[in-house]
Amino acid sequence: MITALWLVLVPLFAALITFFIRNQAKLIALVASLIELGLGFYIFTKFEPLAKLQFESNMPWIPSAGINFHLAIDGLSIIPFLLTVFLVPFIILSTFNKSYEKPNVFYGLILLMQASLVGVFTAQSAFAYYLFWEGALIPVYFLAAIWGGEENIRPSFKFFIYTVFGSLLMLIALVYMYMQTPANHSDEASIFYKLGFDSQTQNVLFWALFIAFAIKMPIFPFHTWQPDTYTNSPAPATMLLSGIMLKMGIYSVFRWLMPVLPTAFFENAFLVIILAVIGIVYGAVIAIQQKDMKKILAYSSFSHVGLMAAGLFTFQQIALQGSMIQMFAHGVNVVGLFFVVEIIQQRTQSRDLTELSGLSKSAPMLTILFAILMLGSVGLPLTNGFVGEFMLLMGITKAYISTPSFAIGMGVFAGLTLILGAVYMLRMFQGAMFGEANPKTANVKDLNWVEALTLIPLATMVFVLGIFPNLLLKLSDSTIKDLLISVVQRIKL
Amino acid sequence: MLSILLLSVFGIANLFLGFLKNRQVLFIGAIIFVLLSFVANLIEWQNPLNFGSSINNAMMATNTTSTLFVAVLLLSAFLMLPLSKNYIQDAEAQPAEYYAILLFSLVGAVMMVSYESLMMLFVGIEILSVSMYVLTGANKRNMRSNEAAMKYFLQGSFATGIFLFGVALIYGASGSFALSEIKSYTSQTATISPMLYLGLMFALIGMLFKVSVAPFHFWTADVYDGAPTFFTMFMSTIVKTAGFAAIFKLLATSFVNTYNYWQLSFTILVALTLLIANITAVYQQSFKRMMAYSSVSHAGYLLLAVVAFNERSSSAILLYTLAYSIATISAFGVLILVSSKNHNEEYNSFNGLAKTNPFLAFVMTVAMLSLAGIPLTAGFFGKLWIFISAFERGLYWVLVIAAVSSTIGLYYYFKVIIAMYLKEPYKKEVAKIEVSLPYIVAFLLTTLLTITIGLFPNLILGLLK
Repeated sequence: MITALWLVLVPLFAALITFFIRNQAKLIALVASLIELGLGFYIFTKFEPLAKLQFESNMPWIPSAGINFHLAIDGLSIIPFLLTVFLVPFIILSTFNKSYEKPNVFYGLILLMQASLVGVFTAQSAFAYYLFWEGALIPVYFLAAIWGGEENIRPSFKFFIYTVFGSLLMLIALVYMYMQTPANHSDEASIFYKLGFDSQTQNVLFWALFIAFAIKMPIFPFHTWQPDTYTNSPAPATMLLSGIMLKMGIYSVFRWLMPVLPTAFFENAFLVIILAVIGIVYGAVIAIQQKDMKKILAYSSFSHVGLMAAGLFTFQQIALQGSMIQMFAHGVNVVGLFFVVEIIQQRTQSRDLTELSGLSKSAPMLTILFAILMLGSVGLPLTNGFVGEFMLLMGITKAYISTPSFAIGMGVFAGLTLILGAVYMLRMFQGAMFGEANPKTANVKDLNWVEALTLIPLATMVFVLGIFPNLLLKLSDSTIKDLLISVVQRIKL
Repeated sequence: MLSILLLSVFGIANLFLGFLKNRQVLFIGAIIFVLLSFVANLIEWQNPLNFGSSINNAMMATNTTSTLFVAVLLLSAFLMLPLSKNYIQDAEAQPAEYYAILLFSLVGAVMMVSYESLMMLFVGIEILSVSMYVLTGANKRNMRSNEAAMKYFLQGSFATGIFLFGVALIYGASGSFALSEIKSYTSQTATISPMLYLGLMFALIGMLFKVSVAPFHFWTADVYDGAPTFFTMFMSTIVKTAGFAAIFKLLATSFVNTYNYWQLSFTILVALTLLIANITAVYQQSFKRMMAYSSVSHAGYLLLAVVAFNERSSSAILLYTLAYSIATISAFGVLILVSSKNHNEEYNSFNGLAKTNPFLAFVMTVAMLSLAGIPLTAGFFGKLWIFISAFERGLYWVLVIAAVSSTIGLYYYFKVIIAMYLKEPYKKEVAKIEVSLPYIVAFLLTTLLTITIGLFPNLILGLLK
């Protein structure tokens, strides 16, 4: 019987093996991530949407203090978990054309990161969750800093300090809540849900937790670490950061914020939605101005996550579900797009739009796959981006904040993401792919089979989820419904 | 009790071993002696020995808490001694005397954690302190070592004087040196004499000086910097562990009822120590001075556990001192090797260590992560336990300061990691650093312990319920 613990242990042991084997690190990492993908597929087929915690493993950790090491998968975990196991093999595959220094450490850290991410998404007890939350940060920091070159030392360090500061605030909030649980105390999420704090306490705790999550996502104005770190990090680190790590913030709101502090969640929804919507528009406007393709994607990621975050605070089933599916869709699209940029950079030594043009003539296959991923990111109907964005925008226009007309206004502003997103994405696509080829881009080789093997499944996923979104939506539907009902019932004003 | 006897005998034995003129024997002898004392301590825990009431009576006592703290002290000493390998090869060094003094200083440290009378506490502090004054000046041809020893001696003996003055006042008020008598005085007397409060204040100031809590920390950086690195390591682990065990024991047994009297001032000292130490550490160019301020900041966290003053405090102090000690040993151990090659104790001597010697870089990284309190290391659970016990007491504003300090701490701990992994090697021509077997064993033990406790904290926390 496979339990959630296995899902953490497989990449963890693979990481330890990889650290010691220098020559075949790449291959071992790929095989391990494929095994994990296989386990993920097994979980996907066996998962019961109506049941609560499944594949549980619950062990006493510090029994005298009631602290458990509790992992399990439920309707909230399943989608981010599947995203992690789906993306990591492709992230590893995307590096096959490039040789990194000290490959054993490099791939070991990627697998370590995967183990921590799976841990974050499956942890049901607070300190296990915190352990994995920080555990995910260390490998990605080293990936970004060591392989990011001289110019990434400062940005990645800034990112590190920022996130750890947020984490410490979160730790204090978690410890406080742990101390409020009855008798011998417990750090189980389900017990935290039963704590009824007064409104003032909830507000303090809310901000302590929310700032940690907001830095990770990031939400305006906590985003200043993000563009530089994304731009300067090596491609796999950027993919991990934007594709999966960003979702840690969104997921954590579902698990550790909304059900634990319903009253404060309701009271601050208005403010957070405004911040998120500012981020949507601001990120998009800056993205339009950029010339560096990686920067455009960094700001587009910032803009997209704003929409997902806004949806969380609407108290609408449709928007919460939209957030869930958008997490998956955004992960797939952004990893694919970062890989496309990486390919272009490897071929032309540039990712500056002013230096690139006419790639479509020499690389038609790249152009097609780039187009598919780009359209998914823009949110064209029949692509994965459309489902999520549509559900999110619909939810925001009906959000329980202030007056209905205000909510509609917010929805309209948030809806700018569709238009502005199309502007910067098409601008990037046109700039790089169309026009006259210059000497730099004239003789570019098209995709080789490894690159095709990476991009084709991602591009396929764009359509699969665009046409059959219910594959994922049905997994979280009933859990989100229950969550929403229980949250709304516990709001005390 | 057994460990005191053994350590004293072994110390003398070590002096005589010096006649053999064989440094290897001394080196191995000292390690075996500490190991034997460590085992004896655990045996005594399982089968308490009865030495007759005349010894035990109100002088010293062995119980679970004291046994565990003695175990931490002896374990730290055991892990440290292999790192003295390079040091004793120095022609100037006099290993027989140094090892004897180290063993004697451990006697003092053991007394400090198992005393039942303030006289024994004073004797313990003096034995430990005098040993430390001597060891600080061990490098006798070096001006800075001499200067450090002199500074430490002058200020330290002044602090001991203040402590003794405090003890005298406590005696004057309560009529006894025994902890149990003082306890019955503070709990049964209707109006406690102001002399007792004054005495307590003096005694505490004397002890806070020893563990370098701000504003009594000014000696720390100079002394740590000037002393030979091996003795700096000894000082920053043994003295801190013994000192905090002693402070907590004093307050928790005899002065429970005076909590309101010292709580506020201690809380302020915690905040002051954390802020001063962490901010000053950021500006250091020398790794060794940074570690000095880092030790001051850890004194701040430990004092926070003392202020929290509940049933979790002693297990928090135990876990934290253990985590801090093993990480500090790793860090100074790597420094010994690196600085012996580069003749430089600044951050840049670590540049590119990951390329020239990945093993040392890894050991150092785990140590720094543990000191910074990052999960998966022992330091995280140490910090978490202190935070939890402080929460129970409701010390919210200090906790916020502690969180901010931890973030600042990350900055200077990561400077080392950045230097090791991201900078080019210090000097291109520097050959690979030779790491001999004792070092490898000690580093493997410290690193594995750090990670094991980080994963299974119950191994330690389960011992003290």
